[in-house]
Order: sequence, then structure tokens, then C-alpha cells
Amino acid sequence: MRSAEDFDSAWEQARRDKRRTLAAGGAIVAALFAVSAWRSELDPVRLAEGLPGIVDYLRQTIPALRSAADLREWFWGLDRWLLLLAETLAIAFLATLLGTAVAALLSFSAARNLARSRWERTLTRRALELARTVPVLVFALIFVVAFGGGPLAGVLALAVHSAGSLGKLFSEVNENAGMGPVDSLRATGAGWAQTARYAVLPQSLPSFLSYSMLRFEINVRSASVIGFVGVGGIGQELYYAIRQFLYHDVGAILALIVLTVTAIDLVGEKLRGLVSDGGAIAP
Amino acid sequence: MTGAPMTAVPMTEAQLLAAVTPPFADRLRLRAAWTGLFALTAFCAWFVDLSPARLWEGFGKLGRLVWLMLPPDPAGFLGEFAAALAETLAMALAATLLAAALAFPLSLLGARNLAPHPGLRFGVRRLFDLLRGVEELIWAMIFVRVVGLGPMAGVIALTLSETGMLSKLFAETFEQAEQRMVDSLRAAGANKAEVVRFAVLPRALPVMASHVLYFLESNVRSSTILGIVGAGGVGFQLADRIRVNEWRQVGCLIVLILLAVATIDWISGRLRRRLIEGGKSAA
Repeated sequence: MRSAEDFDSAWEQARRDKRRTLAAGGAIVAALFAVSAWRSELDPVRLAEGLPGIVDYLRQTIPALRSAADLREWFWGLDRWLLLLAETLAIAFLATLLGTAVAALLSFSAARNLARSRWERTLTRRALELARTVPVLVFALIFVVAFGGGPLAGVLALAVHSAGSLGKLFSEVNENAGMGPVDSLRATGAGWAQTARYAVLPQSLPSFLSYSMLRFEINVRSASVIGFVGVGGIGQELYYAIRQFLYHDVGAILALIVLTVTAIDLVGEKLRGLVSDGGAIAP
Repeated sequence: MTGAPMTAVPMTEAQLLAAVTPPFADRLRLRAAWTGLFALTAFCAWFVDLSPARLWEGFGKLGRLVWLMLPPDPAGFLGEFAAALAETLAMALAATLLAAALAFPLSLLGARNLAPHPGLRFGVRRLFDLLRGVEELIWAMIFVRVVGLGPMAGVIALTLSETGMLSKLFAETFEQAEQRMVDSLRAAGANKAEVVRFAVLPRALPVMASHVLYFLESNVRSSTILGIVGAGGVGFQLADRIRVNEWRQVGCLIVLILLAVATIDWISGRLRRRLIEGGKSAA
């Protein structure tokens, strides 16, 4: 049995240890912050001068709205912008579709329970990793050189990235599939592709769909910015507006983008709910 | 299943087929969905000018570009590249720490069990939804116009768009605090700060740290591209080398980015695992 004094001293010791760890951790974090603030030229004076400027900038993007005519004048380019938004949505849609197709094809080779060899699995996984780690914008920059300016480069850049992220998620879904149907199909002499198609895919499909829809929402956001490197869509228009200090246009286009993204998120949430409900009933 | 006794009834092939074929309405719905998807895809492909000839030509060119990147070679710019990469990491770290520092007080306002006023909570959340609805790259580009070229614009952009998300996550962590502990501290006469310090923080801290690390990983990815619009970091070098067709240097930069991302992910993953284990043993 330990006496009260033992307990007290052990408690003191534990407290002291904890305090020391906390102090050391705090010092490390503070030092890291100091170094990183210095390297990223985070100057408090410039920051203090800059922040009001940011508020000012944002205020300038919204004109005085006293009547419907003012609103009409603010959104003077609405027809053109809506067309560009449609282009952005088309880019996101095609990229999601292509990415989903590639990801679904590769997801069986990348799944631990389905890959035919360790080589197949490792190679597929590395390829998917590469596709999702290189930023979309980097792919876009390179594809613009290869495919020329315009939405096609954007579609492919987003598709590669989508395939990488979806492929990983899909393979995890496949790994969670019940192996009963797989074993029974194999017993009937079905080949690997047939097993994947008829035993695993029916189980995984609802999750695939729901992930793809989520990816579409993400792709719409990304598609609105990859226009910055010259692949069309609303992003390119925004880029010019920002560069030429067309404050009101910047505000109007940003408002359109935020509205579209929010609307798609809301609809997507509903749809994904439906899909996963259906998935719960189907099997 | 109709509940009929399972006896071996001989079935003709036609009966068997009829038994496994889905009802007509389901088949119709499926066919309609496929047709719709196909039509939408065809329309989008036409809209973005996607033609087999362009694809063929582009992929040929892309293959040549990749060939030109091999082997990656810094060509004497390794020092410059390393400095740019360090700037990228510094931006990510500074923004993450700043966002965490800003998110902490905001999350106290936002947590349902601690918030002083529900209206305030609503306002704070909507403001951050708006900041998050616009991509970081767009903010970065705007801030470059306001505070000038350089990493500070990037840090502000990253900080602003992550603070909202982080304070939401922090608030949710606080809401999971055990009400019994909060109540008993209040009953013992503790004031608000003491309740937060002794009832809420001890359990929330590891989870919060884990969220912060996760955001660090995400910020490292984001900060690699901010340079493309002049907001600091390695993205500037990347866009520049693509512009002047120095493909082996481009290859080298991509490899460096991948290495940096992988290293940060690895370190952060290890730290997060330790935090989770530490949190478990403390509880």
C-alpha cells in the first residue's frame, strides 16, 4: 500500500512532467511560427496596413444598389457569365464522369481483397496516389500546353485528379464488400472481371455514386478557379476582372459563383441522401 | 419472397429468366437514366469542344512533354527551388497556426454549450461560410492586388478560408464535452474560463491538435499553387518554367513538391496517431 505522501509526490512529479512537456511543445510551436512568419514575410506593420485595404477592396466590389436598374447594371454581363458558368459546370461534369469511370476500373486492382498480385495492387495504388497528389492546377498548366487553351485541358486535369482521389475511396469500398458473393461466383468458374462486375460492383455501386456526386461538387469549385491558367469557364473571366480592377464585375462574378456552388451543394446533399437510402434498401 | 415452401419445382428457361428479370417499370427507369446521362454527356462534350482528333493530338503532345521532363534536372537552380519550397511550407505553417489562434476564441462563441449569444453564433458562422465558399486561389489573387506580390497575400488567403472551417470543428469538439463535468465545475463555483480550462479543454485538446495537423497537410497542398497568381511559394517557379519550356526543371519541381507533401503527410500522420493514442490512454 502506498502512503498519502507517496501519492502526493507522485502527483507532483506527474504535474511537473506534464508542465514540462507542455512548455517544450509550446516553445517548439512558437519557434516554428516565428521562423515560418519570417520566411513568409509576415510583417505585422504591412499586415495592419493591408487588412483595411482588403475590407475596402471587398466594399468596392458591391455597388450602391438603390433600384432594380442598379442591379441590372451591376450584372450587365449576366448572359455571357451564365454561359461561362454553364461551361464551368460542363467541365466539372465531364471530369467527374471520366474520373469516375477510370477510378471504377482501377478500384478492383487497388483493393486488397481483389488484386491478383501484389505488383498489380502496388502499381495501381502508386499511380492513383500520383494522380491525386499533383495539384489540379499543375496538371492544368501542363495540359494547356499539350491540348491548347480551352476547356478540354481543364476537363482532363480535373479528371486525372478525380480519378486519383475517387480510385482510393472506391478501392476502400471494394475492400469492405462482403466476400460471400465473390466466393460463390469464383466457385462457378467466373473469371476475375466477371467476379468484379457481378459480385463486387453491385455491392459497391451506391457508395461509388455517392462519392462521385460529392466529387462533382468539389470539381465545380475547382473548375471555377482553373480558368485562371487559361482553360475557359467563369474563372478566366474572373481572372481578367481581378487583373483589370473591374471591382463591380469581380463582385458580380463572385456572387454568381457562390450562388451556384451553394445551390449545387444543397441539391447534391439531397441527392446523395436519396442514393445512400436506396443503397440501404437495395442489397 | 412469397413464403411458399421451397420445393424443387422444375423451371423452364423462360420462367427462370422471368423470375430474375426486374419489373418493366424498373427497367424503363434505368434505361431512361442511362439515356439521360448519355445525352448530357454528349451535350457537354460538344459544348467544351471535345473531339477525338483533338484528344489524339493532345495526348501525343503530352507524351512528348513527359518525355522531355525525364530525367528531372534542376539545372543549377536547386538552391532557388529549395528556397521556394521552404517558403511554401512556411506559408502553410504560418497560416495554419494563425488560423488555429483565430479559431479558438471564435469557436468558444460558436459552441452551443458555451456561446454567450445565439445570434452572434449565427452571424459568425455565416460570415465564414461566405469566406469558405470562394476558393483560396481567388482570395489569394485579390489579396495580391491589395497587399502586393509575395507570400503574405497567400498566408492571408489561407488563413481566412481555413479559420471558419477550423472554428466550426473546434466548436463541435467543445460540444462533445461531458455536460456532467461542466455542471459539476459550475456547481463548485467555477467561472466560465475555469469551466473551459478544466472541463472542456483536457478532452478537446488532442482532437483539436489533430484537426490542426490535418489542416496543415491540406494547406501545404494549397500553398504549392498559390505562387501561380503571385502569392508566394513554389508555384511561381513552376508556372515560370512551364512558360519558358524548361521541362526538365518542371519535372524536378514536381518531384520536389511530391516529396514535400509526402514528408509533411508522414510527419503529421505520425503525430496524429500519437495524439489519438495519447488521448485514449488519458481518458
